Amino acid sequence: MILNKEEQKVYKKEIKDVAPKTKHISTLLRAFFTGGTICCIGQGVNQVLGILLPSLTEEDRGGYTTLLMIFFTGILTAFGVYDHIGNFGGAGSIIPITGFANSIVSQAMEHKREGIIFGICSNMFAIAGPVIVMGITASVVVGIVYLFL
Amino acid sequence: MNVFIDYLLVFAVGGGICVLGQLFINYTKMTSARILVIFLLIGVVLEACGVFESIKEVAQAGITVPITGFGSNLAKGAIKGARENGVLGAIVGGTKAASAGLAGAIFIGFLSALVAKPKSKGVK
Repeated sequence: MILNKEEQKVYKKEIKDVAPKTKHISTLLRAFFTGGTICCIGQGVNQVLGILLPSLTEEDRGGYTTLLMIFFTGILTAFGVYDHIGNFGGAGSIIPITGFANSIVSQAMEHKREGIIFGICSNMFAIAGPVIVMGITASVVVGIVYLFL
Repeated sequence: MNVFIDYLLVFAVGGGICVLGQLFINYTKMTSARILVIFLLIGVVLEACGVFESIKEVAQAGITVPITGFGSNLAKGAIKGARENGVLGAIVGGTKAASAGLAGAIFIGFLSALVAKPKSKGVK
């Protein structure tokens, strides 16, 4: 049976009420909670570093914070804990730098069976690759623009 | 009390950014790579316009821990390089500034892949 355009519209309207809805509000709340918590942990790490190593410049402290966050994520991913955080938090676990690290670590682990070079090394950047390419390209563009400013 | 408000702001801004990302996922079915790229570029643009620093003063880790902070680092490094080292700095600076995140993630990724056994995941 082929529906004409009008009938298609009606049909689309009808299934809209019947089709299962994604739980929008609950995913949003969970993303908010997870993302906020991860950022607060980052803030905490940063402040503790400031107390423990007061000689660090602000930039270096940021670098160490990033490193520590990535390190924690690596361990959590290796033990399979970050998967649970990801299932719960959605975007809240993807957008922080921990999500970037998780995408690298989990891809590397997933392709371990295919060998070290062609498995781990070449599949590591399946998700993070676009981020790195676009990020570095954009930074070079910004740098060149600022040469003329 | 000040510390409490600081953390509240960090939580609110960081959470807000993630809610924005979740909205993208819910309404456009984007994959995580695209969302990461979008927020990274937002960070680069904010830094290049000079807005990022003023947001950072208020929101602190709320904006630097999300991937926007990584983007801002890239742009900040490129701008600094361009001012101090000319053409070479403009090209090298961004990567240099972001290398903590890059090298760290690559190293820990390789190590944990070597050590950990991959688990069969129920949910993908």
